[in-house]
Amino acid sequence: MLHGLTFEVPRGSIVGLLGPSGCGKTTLIRSVVGVQIVKGGTVTVLGWPAGAPGLRTKVGYSTQTPAVYADLTVQENLRYFASVLGAPKGDVDRVISEVGLEDARRQVAASLSGGQLSRASLAIALLGTPEVIALDEPTVGLDPVLRQELWKLFYELAARGTTLLVSSHVMDEAAKCHRLLFIRDGYILADDTPQALRTRTGSEDLEEAFLRLISERQVTA
Amino acid sequence: MTTVLALPRPRHGAITLATARRILVQLRHDHRTVGLLIGVPTLLMILLRYVFDAPGAFDRIGPMLLGIFPFVVMFIVTSIGTLRERTSGTLERLMTTPLGKLDLLLGYALAFGVLALVQVAVVLTISMTWLGMNVPGPLWALVLVAVLTALLGMALGLFASAFARTEFQAVQFMPALVLPQTLLCGLFVPRDQMSTALQWISNVLPLSYVAEAMHQLTGNATPTATLYRDMIIIAACALLALVLGAATLRRRTD
Repeated sequence: MLHGLTFEVPRGSIVGLLGPSGCGKTTLIRSVVGVQIVKGGTVTVLGWPAGAPGLRTKVGYSTQTPAVYADLTVQENLRYFASVLGAPKGDVDRVISEVGLEDARRQVAASLSGGQLSRASLAIALLGTPEVIALDEPTVGLDPVLRQELWKLFYELAARGTTLLVSSHVMDEAAKCHRLLFIRDGYILADDTPQALRTRTGSEDLEEAFLRLISERQVTA
Repeated sequence: MTTVLALPRPRHGAITLATARRILVQLRHDHRTVGLLIGVPTLLMILLRYVFDAPGAFDRIGPMLLGIFPFVVMFIVTSIGTLRERTSGTLERLMTTPLGKLDLLLGYALAFGVLALVQVAVVLTISMTWLGMNVPGPLWALVLVAVLTALLGMALGLFASAFARTEFQAVQFMPALVLPQTLLCGLFVPRDQMSTALQWISNVLPLSYVAEAMHQLTGNATPTATLYRDMIIIAACALLALVLGAATLRRRTD
């Protein structure tokens, strides 16, 4: 359940959705990609209502649990989604190298490690070069090196004009986003750049900033 | 800022074919399932032949089972398969893509139709050669009834999967939906010997028409009007179940 959320995501930026599990991050992401029943309010993506048929090749989505066919190889998974999306030839090879899964491309998804599996799922979201990519906890279970590589990829995508909506509950990732939405119990606590949040709360640490915002809210409530 | 989006070109044929191919590739990775799909009905047929051990009885029961096997197998495979799509998140992912519900349903129908054809071909070949099953009716009609029944099983499985949360539950739908139909379809007791109430129930169960169609084929060398009527009923039931199944696929969920 989300309450009175109003926010805009500028193009070509990485927006982080931060908050504890169960706070509504997944619901928010599902609303943006158009698979969530929205009871009230409007969600507009690239000027269209979320989930509009015209958006279906322009919005990439990766769920929290890797959504791939466990009994297909990485390559077969990607080929299928590429043909569903009508992605150009060569896109399968491109996304495999972008997420660094060249060595595992012929491996059946069920035999992949957790980190490989989430990268395979991420690769599907990159097919067809969507303008908006919504990633629900894309770096869970990845080692720091891989995480850093993925963030490098996210910056590259943003530099090319792709808008990324990335959810996470890890605060050290928050600092990497261009803009942050702190969410708690379905409310937005803050919507600002990491630097502005640090200045506003007077704390260098974003975790600390988050806690201060919570206590501020409790005082005013 | 509003972007002008080009209307997506309809490429549904391509998506349907890609989906069917994907399902067949999944099966190709799973040799054991394919082996069971083809091997189990064959084995049961052989067993049946020697249990009855009388040419007349096997000629009567054999073709009926030829219709029921693909029905049961397709029901199980589809209900588990689509339940997996729902629980693994691949369905949700597909729902954010240009894939239409019909692409998915027809993709399943196409892939499992091919599979049913292979299954029926193997079982039929063994039944008619080694086991000496004698069916006077035309072969094409026999195969058509069996494949339509397989598609019916597939469509019902798809529909049933919407009401199961786990694979345990999905498997339980098989006896719940399939066994009563098998008991009432005329396989064990001719339908006109059942009580009126049971006959009524039997009249609305699709498998009764499968049994009747197969019975027509074992009794007549040329297709009868009843056979054509039964084929239409089976196809209509499959279509209805497919539409009901489509209604359970939602782009948006809670």
